[in-house]
Amino acid sequence: MIRVILPAHLRALARVNGEVCFEITGEITQRALLDALESRYPMLRGTIRDHVTQRRRPYVRFFACEKDLSHQPCDAPLPQAVADGTEPFLVVGAMAGG
Amino acid sequence: MSSVRLLVGTRKGAFVLTSDGKRTDWKIEGPHFGGWEIYHMKGSPANPNRIYASQSTSWFGQLIQRSDDGGATWEPVGNEFVYDGQPGTHTWYDGTPHPWEFARVWHLEPSLHDPDLVYAGVEDAALFRSSDGGRNWEELSALRRHPSGPSWQPGAGGMCLHTILLDPRDPARMYGAISAAGVFRSDDAGASWRPINRGLRSNGIPDEDAEVGHCVHRIAMHPKHPDTLYMQKHWDVMRSDDGGESWSEVSGNLPTDFGFPIDVHAHEPQTIYVVPITSDSQHFPPDGRLRVYRSRTGGNEWEALTNGLPQEHCYVNVLRDAMAVDKLDSCGIYFGTTGGQVYASSDSGDHWTAIARDFPAVLSVEAQTLP
Repeated sequence: MIRVILPAHLRALARVNGEVCFEITGEITQRALLDALESRYPMLRGTIRDHVTQRRRPYVRFFACEKDLSHQPCDAPLPQAVADGTEPFLVVGAMAGG
Repeated sequence: MSSVRLLVGTRKGAFVLTSDGKRTDWKIEGPHFGGWEIYHMKGSPANPNRIYASQSTSWFGQLIQRSDDGGATWEPVGNEFVYDGQPGTHTWYDGTPHPWEFARVWHLEPSLHDPDLVYAGVEDAALFRSSDGGRNWEELSALRRHPSGPSWQPGAGGMCLHTILLDPRDPARMYGAISAAGVFRSDDAGASWRPINRGLRSNGIPDEDAEVGHCVHRIAMHPKHPDTLYMQKHWDVMRSDDGGESWSEVSGNLPTDFGFPIDVHAHEPQTIYVVPITSDSQHFPPDGRLRVYRSRTGGNEWEALTNGLPQEHCYVNVLRDAMAVDKLDSCGIYFGTTGGQVYASSDSGDHWTAIARDFPAVLSVEAQTLP
């Protein structure tokens, strides 16, 4: 079971409280995780990554296991602790501006 | 008894204000989408309970929200704004080519007749259309592909298509205004466009009467006189009586002709309103006195409206989409400020009351007159 923690604005948009949990089949990568997340919550499309380029939006960061995974290749495997649900995958709004 | 609903977009959320026809007591609901910038909200003339809202932040991008119950509840609809084909480049502030990049939706203009048809003016300047209630968007790319497009440059607020006017007499005629390119008109429902800026003079550009390049801040029209257009340009208040074919200056006795909004009285097509601002570097009213100016002659002769407005130590701005009129008798005039106040007049501007004092900076105000 994958666990994802969304920032408050996106939790409100998706109308969820707390963590979002779901299963993914196949390799657990950033792309697979975000595809699965957007499939369950289509209103999140375009808010985390660009519709066309699929690149992470500049003020969004991905953290897990106390590491910044934002610049990892999107098809690289995520840490085993994320894949097995021991640790959550955090989508974070960068601290910038007001 | 008729009532009025105001749709107020701010830097940190949306507010819906309602009053009966007396317009003395206002109920405030919101913020909706707290923390998000709401550049614009507008209701469908064909179904006033259908309201569209442009919601965005730098963090999470653009969303379009839709309400079908007058703003009580909302659902996110489509937010995929993709330029048609290879968008190419426009001109950046420093004169170099810069790729066309979608930033946000500045303005939403629902069709006069079809609640599911809505136009969006976006930054970087382009016009989009949805015919399914905002779920899917397609660019009307002939505007951006006008041969002058590569020369368009952004104003200080970005290169935005901020005004869309639909001609109630002719469904094929529409206008779009872009900072800082100018006004464009289509007579074939957006299939082709041409600039209509003859008569504009802007001393901030190399050729001051160029065909394009003018920083038009806002245009307005009275629905019963669609050939007469009014414009607040960066500097200068302008008027056209031939659908934009030619413009003449009507700044007259204004204390300064810099400003952002311009609007037309609902029942008097020659009565127009502006809010003079000191200058493009001092975005506040002259002498710290917030004054709406009214002309009952379609320009040139202006009177200051001050009753109920702060006449000392006031240093707010009124942005281009932050003024609106209702259709009651007497006409209600409304505007919001960057200081978070919303002012209302129920007598065509003679007297003003602050109906909200401490909102976030107001980006837009629209008025709906309800049966």
